[in-house]
Amino acid sequence: MCASVKYSIRGPALIPRMKTKHRAYYITLFSIVLLGLIATGMFQFWPHSIESSGDWSVEKRSVRDVPVVRLPADSPVPERGDLSCRMHTCFDVYRCGFNPRNKIKVYIYPLKKYVGEAGVPVSSTISREYNELLTAISDSDYYTDDITRACLFVPSIDLLNQNSLRVKETAQALAQLSRWDRGTNHLLFNMLPGGPPDYNTALDVPRDRALLAGGGFSTWTYRQGYDVSIPVYSPLSAEVDLPEKGPGPRRYFLLSSQVALHPEYREDLAALQARHGEAVLVLDKCSNLSEGVPAARRRCHKQQAFEYPQVLQEATFCMVLRGARLGQAVLSDVLRAGCVPVIIADSYVLPFSEVLDWKRASVVVPEEKMLDVYSILQSIPRRQIEEMQRQKWGSVSNPLFLPLIPPQSQGFTAIVLTYDRVESLFRVITEVSKVPSLSKLLVVWNNQNKNPPEDSLWPKIRVPLKVVRTAENKLSNRFFPYDEIETEAVLAIDDDIIMLTSDELQFGYEVWREFPDRLVGYPGRLHLWDHEMNKWKYESEWTNEVSMVLTGAAFYHKYFNYLYTYKMPGDIKNWVDAHMNCEDIAMNFLVANVTGKAVIKVTPRKKFKCPECTAIDGLSLDQTHMVERSECINKFASVFGTMPLKVVEHRADPVLYKDDFPEKLKSFPNIGSL
Amino acid sequence: MQAKKRYFILLSAGSCLALLFYFGGLQFRASRSHSRREEHSGRNGLHHPSPDHFWPRFPDALRPFVPWDQLENEDSSVHVSPRQKREANSSIYKGKKCRMESCFDFTLCKKNGFKVYVYPQQKGEKIAESYQNILAAIEGSRFYTSDPSQACLFVLSLDTLDRDQLSPQYVHNLRSKVQSLHLWNNGRNHLIFNLYSGTWPDYTEDVGFDIGQAMLAKASISTENFRPNFDVSIPLFSKDHPRTGGERGFLKFNTIPPLRKYMLVFKGKRYLTGIGSDTRNALYHVHNGEDVVLLTTCKHGKDWQKHKDSRCDRDNTEYEKYDYREMLHNATFCLVPRGRRLGSFRFLEALQAACVPVMLSNGWELPFSEVINWNQAAVIGDERLLLQIPSTIRSIHQDKILALRQQTQFLWEAYFSSVEKIVLTTLEIIQDRIFKHISRNSLIWNKHPGGLFVLPQYSSYLGDFPYYYANLGLKPPSKFTAVIHAVTPLVSQSQPVLKLLVAAAKSQYCAQIIVLWNCDKPLPAKHRWPATSVPVIVIEGESKVMSSRFLPYDNIITDAVLSLDEDTVLSTTEVDFAFTVWQSFPERIVGYPARSHFWDNSKERWGYTSKWTNDYSMVLTGAALYHKYYHYLYTHYLPASLKNMVDQLANCEDILMNFLVSAVTKLPPIKVTQKKQYKETMMGQTSRASRWADPDHFAQRQSCMNTFASWFGYMPLIHSQMRLDPVLFKDQVSILRKKYRDIERL
Repeated sequence: MCASVKYSIRGPALIPRMKTKHRAYYITLFSIVLLGLIATGMFQFWPHSIESSGDWSVEKRSVRDVPVVRLPADSPVPERGDLSCRMHTCFDVYRCGFNPRNKIKVYIYPLKKYVGEAGVPVSSTISREYNELLTAISDSDYYTDDITRACLFVPSIDLLNQNSLRVKETAQALAQLSRWDRGTNHLLFNMLPGGPPDYNTALDVPRDRALLAGGGFSTWTYRQGYDVSIPVYSPLSAEVDLPEKGPGPRRYFLLSSQVALHPEYREDLAALQARHGEAVLVLDKCSNLSEGVPAARRRCHKQQAFEYPQVLQEATFCMVLRGARLGQAVLSDVLRAGCVPVIIADSYVLPFSEVLDWKRASVVVPEEKMLDVYSILQSIPRRQIEEMQRQKWGSVSNPLFLPLIPPQSQGFTAIVLTYDRVESLFRVITEVSKVPSLSKLLVVWNNQNKNPPEDSLWPKIRVPLKVVRTAENKLSNRFFPYDEIETEAVLAIDDDIIMLTSDELQFGYEVWREFPDRLVGYPGRLHLWDHEMNKWKYESEWTNEVSMVLTGAAFYHKYFNYLYTYKMPGDIKNWVDAHMNCEDIAMNFLVANVTGKAVIKVTPRKKFKCPECTAIDGLSLDQTHMVERSECINKFASVFGTMPLKVVEHRADPVLYKDDFPEKLKSFPNIGSL
Repeated sequence: MQAKKRYFILLSAGSCLALLFYFGGLQFRASRSHSRREEHSGRNGLHHPSPDHFWPRFPDALRPFVPWDQLENEDSSVHVSPRQKREANSSIYKGKKCRMESCFDFTLCKKNGFKVYVYPQQKGEKIAESYQNILAAIEGSRFYTSDPSQACLFVLSLDTLDRDQLSPQYVHNLRSKVQSLHLWNNGRNHLIFNLYSGTWPDYTEDVGFDIGQAMLAKASISTENFRPNFDVSIPLFSKDHPRTGGERGFLKFNTIPPLRKYMLVFKGKRYLTGIGSDTRNALYHVHNGEDVVLLTTCKHGKDWQKHKDSRCDRDNTEYEKYDYREMLHNATFCLVPRGRRLGSFRFLEALQAACVPVMLSNGWELPFSEVINWNQAAVIGDERLLLQIPSTIRSIHQDKILALRQQTQFLWEAYFSSVEKIVLTTLEIIQDRIFKHISRNSLIWNKHPGGLFVLPQYSSYLGDFPYYYANLGLKPPSKFTAVIHAVTPLVSQSQPVLKLLVAAAKSQYCAQIIVLWNCDKPLPAKHRWPATSVPVIVIEGESKVMSSRFLPYDNIITDAVLSLDEDTVLSTTEVDFAFTVWQSFPERIVGYPARSHFWDNSKERWGYTSKWTNDYSMVLTGAALYHKYYHYLYTHYLPASLKNMVDQLANCEDILMNFLVSAVTKLPPIKVTQKKQYKETMMGQTSRASRWADPDHFAQRQSCMNTFASWFGYMPLIHSQMRLDPVLFKDQVSILRKKYRDIERL
């Protein structure tokens, strides 16, 4: 899917002929074109993926050997492009398969050489770039060689550059494609549309209903949700390796590197330079070229010469001005150099604008404000510029993102994991059942060798009590998303936690309601960096900080049971079950990693007999136990690839805790007794 | 190679990100490469394909698609100047081709910014309630101007909402009425609101008068007629839609698994004549009477019996069996098929009910589609694939459903729940187009707290707001500025304000102290202020009004503000601790003096209390930390009417700040540790007559609460039952182990 990344690992070995970066570019290009179409909602929920495929040996044939097709002068020409086309009016969905298992299939017409009646070719057969694009498609999972199964059809007629084709004859060539049918479901690629003197902003070749992935669309030619705007490929910077450049100030604040600009723009640029001096660098063609470097790789300011595209890395902002066309190849160079593009091209539909948020990576300035561009850029906060230079937006996406305080009435489900400490278990059940908001109690019976006590022996409590028997004695069982859990809130509690009062538990539930996306628990723990050993260390002493709460007594959202059971990364679950330890640490890692938030420890510290002993007999709070838990932290941090735990210095208490106020008027008077 | 990657990262990150949204959980077929290989072996093994069957590898050295000199030659041979080109564009692209560049006069917005003028209402013109609400929302907003020469955008006082000729609300002779407006200027910079256009049987999208170059804010607009980045698609709303505030979404908690009793529901009319019935006619094919319940009725209009078809009786009976409200509350997905027009009331109903809308309305430009990413909150189907809808929605991953459902609630409350929000969203979208380089990005619009609360004029950098630290991978700010509000003259060196200043300055997190001198007496000499290790800046308030304490002073160089009253008693330890708590909750008010509100049943109004209570809903700004952005929001978001009230009473500014922050965050403030001795309880201890000793003071605060609640349209304050203490607070362990030991000594 993230094709470029994947490919860069496997690429070179597979197709040695093609440069990795080119292929990555085209695979990405193609996948985003499809995405653009997908964004219309047409294929919203189809599984999509792109992958470079197996190593099939291919017969090598020359482009000179492809069959020639002679087009009669009177062969039909398609209608001009229909500007009102949208997916629901011009696209045939019935070709695209309904089964969600199916993928969109793409067919590529075989390469032919089209000539007019006089034998003159209608276009150059195929360009390097179009060939690479088609190769990328044929290597992708979308490709089909069966025309009857195809949803999209891609002609092999190269339309990338309108300048290198004959418009009418090319249209005739399109019209005679075997499945043309007014261009329905045909996807055309074009990067340089139009021709002199007006330079239309979309391909002039009459194409009827065909979809167009085009560079340089204006808002007037772009059919939103139907066409896809693509960047103009720059062959130049693909050939040059630029070093990585971190965010930060650059030598020049603003750079213009385009060579063929309209004199009006040149004037404006000169004015900008005159006003702001050294901070603005305006480059032009070099008049006297030294040997060795191609003209395209050189830019000059007065007599001073600069290497292009390297010079782009010297500037914070780089101008992308409209030329004859709206889409400019310099945009690709600028982005590649890590310079923030300043796009001055009114009505230009930016590449992939339906899926990319350009506002986070570029500055768009109206042409009219060209002369104010410097002050506009100056007003951008420095940290935002760095953010734009970085161009990557890593972030946490909390699955419970809506700020929502669930109503108290739903209550919580207590889950007690037990092995065979029946007496203690019964006490826990009796205590927990006194909590007003308890709605159900679930006992997870983790002992396969012994049956749970008979029904009649269990404490009689006011809420339903269910016993679940497990197939194996695993710690993970406490986090299974049992169907019996009908509330959002879950209280995980060990069968020996008898010291928590009803007030404390009820209060914990109230705090959880205010933080439903966090772990809210009683005994708190801390992780520390051990500078001597150069690794993480587990700490259970009296500390001023907490970063974990033990799930021997903690409230959390049922969603995290799903996450623990089905989405726990790496082999953590197996590790926990094998070591019979650290399931609580794993849960803390998991929740902190997905939400980016700290735990909430509630109420003062109590004398828990041995909170981390959980239900496992014989395991005691000795040195080995602590060492093992430290090991867990190091293991999990390496699996997660980061240390997600957040350290805080606060805990939650009732508003009137320890206040000099009559206890009977407090909502939670019985807090903190030992 | 590294640098190269970045470009790909930009592009592929976009695709990955988008895909993430589509699939939520990101399921990939593990066996993908495997099956792929099989396919190949089949291809190679069985039917011996000709090489035409896949794209060949050409050994030739192919030419690049663009000769090296082509672009340069072309670009330099263009003789039309960009200016001429712009002028040409704006004369060609009119009417249906209007864009901001061609039909909007940006110069009107240059001088005074984004100001909106509403034509005065003319005598004898009837205006329906919905349009009254729209106009009231504009007039109550910060964009409103009564001076047309200041205006950037104009809104008619003629009711254009209902352009169905058969409707009683239809305004006649609009064409001539509009033409006679002397500011009309062929509709340039005008915004026209419309909910209904066309009439039976074809319901065209024509509003029945020449709108010239005006922009349309229209419901049920089709993609064919929609002029991108010029018109605004608004939702269809009923005449009962509240003007302000608005009901909250129905989602009270996230159920796991996220499936409800019904998978897909619909209940609505079926049209026997005229357009808009194709999809609804076919719904019964998908209805299964169990978890997919799609009901239609023929019973509407006068003479439905005349047109009724063979299905009507059966459908009507089934229709009567189900209660719409019950279905709405208990369905995972709600079908929103087109009605007579493309949009229907079902859309907002589903959104509010947290029932994920399944759109079946081909060609409908969805509401606010310019800024809202509907793929995150709805399933956009195709009418042609109605029969596929059940299997499509059944294949949606549960994680995705959970996300879709929460997003419906966010969008409902952020942009749709009141007429005011719909209007403000429309205006903000237009404002973003005009001031493009500081416009909101997609993240701001599609993530809590949403575009209406995030004013890009404050900063174009997301990290300057308290809501996006996690998105940007940033840590919250590490320093604060203490802003002390001084209202009494400095007469003695033992005055509490000096102690307070020293205590705040000693905090390791303190970057600077600002004394806001709101006292009528002249500024004390510089040497009267104690020497501190951090800079002390004294600002003399110009107007000396209460609201000036929340002005977004440029002198405040940190994102965190510690707001202090001059008579607050606070130790350095307390300041330190409060700040570390605030770092965990940077979007909230975190502080000491807590207060509560309650509904007074006997008086049928909101009450305010400073008594000892088990909960609180406000933390007063006499000793509180919050993000500097709230200064900006207080000053620029709130209407002059409320700020004037605060200034006249010289009271309630702290209550208003709490209203504002809770309205944005939808969360309560956070009280830290014990601190009961404050203000009201300290009365009498101070010799001077403080404002807290004024008997009217309390009554004023009651009435403030009610005025504020009525402006917001609801009560934004939320109660909390907890406070945050240091981890070892009052624990039975040596005090030497405790970091914030001083707090316990107080």
